[in-house]
Amino acid sequence: MSIIIPALLFGAAAIALLKKTDVFAALTAGAKDGLSVILGIFPALVGILTAARMFRASGAMDALTALIAPVLSFVGIPAETAPLMLVRPLSGSGAMAAASEIITRYGADSFVGRCAAVMLGSTETTFYVIAVYFGAAGIKRSRHTVPSALIADAVGFLAAALFSRLFFPG
Amino acid sequence: MLFGLLTGRMDAVASAALEGAGDAVDLCLGIAGAICLWSGLMELMRRSGLMDGLSRLLRPVLIRLFPESEKIPGALDALSINVSANLLGLGNAATPAGIKAAKLLRGEGEAGGGLVRLVVLNTASVQLIPATVCALRASAGARQPFDILPAVWLASAFSVTAGLIAERILRRFFK
Repeated sequence: MSIIIPALLFGAAAIALLKKTDVFAALTAGAKDGLSVILGIFPALVGILTAARMFRASGAMDALTALIAPVLSFVGIPAETAPLMLVRPLSGSGAMAAASEIITRYGADSFVGRCAAVMLGSTETTFYVIAVYFGAAGIKRSRHTVPSALIADAVGFLAAALFSRLFFPG
Repeated sequence: MLFGLLTGRMDAVASAALEGAGDAVDLCLGIAGAICLWSGLMELMRRSGLMDGLSRLLRPVLIRLFPESEKIPGALDALSINVSANLLGLGNAATPAGIKAAKLLRGEGEAGGGLVRLVVLNTASVQLIPATVCALRASAGARQPFDILPAVWLASAFSVTAGLIAERILRRFFK
């Protein structure tokens, strides 16, 4: 796996040079975009992480987790990822905050931490995407979009737990 | 808050609020470098024409997924740009193309099958390298931040397939 990133960096630079693209200008222009992305999500992260910490410190998180743990463990999903799964379809920065909390709390290389990362990586902010697309196309009746998209999310979460377990046993 | 009052943990809740705000700074600084590098690389791929190449490769697959797009001029182009930008994680390029495709694929005032499939494809992540997630893992001290990639790919594939199958089945129940 470790070969992918250096190969990608090298390959992209080589192809760009062959096509006579200004490599450094493209790199810095893109990096500037990245910076504005970070700046854009920072205010939301302050709010969400504060709320998440308070929610956890109050004990409400443990209560909620304990409540749904039996159902989740039945299908093989660690209950610790419940807050992530709840916010994932609603808010991108919320999901990032939830995942980062889980990953730092349980460890990046733990099963729970890996599972949270795979969940975050294999799903999208469903309701936001639906709102953007139907809003732009001027469509009022979304018909079966929401149920189909939520089924995709649910299967994504199940598969994330399954493959985190399969690829990283123990 | 209420839960904290009930359980008598108000002190912990108060200090948690400040810690949470501090976490946001740590998180943003922790991943900022990786995100900027990645955005730079993606911009390079877009400028050097790699994205266009990828979108040409995708056309045969997309024709099968969206048979109606063949009859609408420009629809297949917009679709292939949308999907290839999503694969590379270029959100800024994916959304305008996706919206263009959505406008071309829409039915009369309500979502047609093609539009629903497009949106389902966009609500399920097909990103090949989820850079933000890997940056998060790296800043949390993962030994190999990228070792989750095969699991992410398989989970994405299951998720997208399930979404498209669900679209096919549910279509009948939502007239």
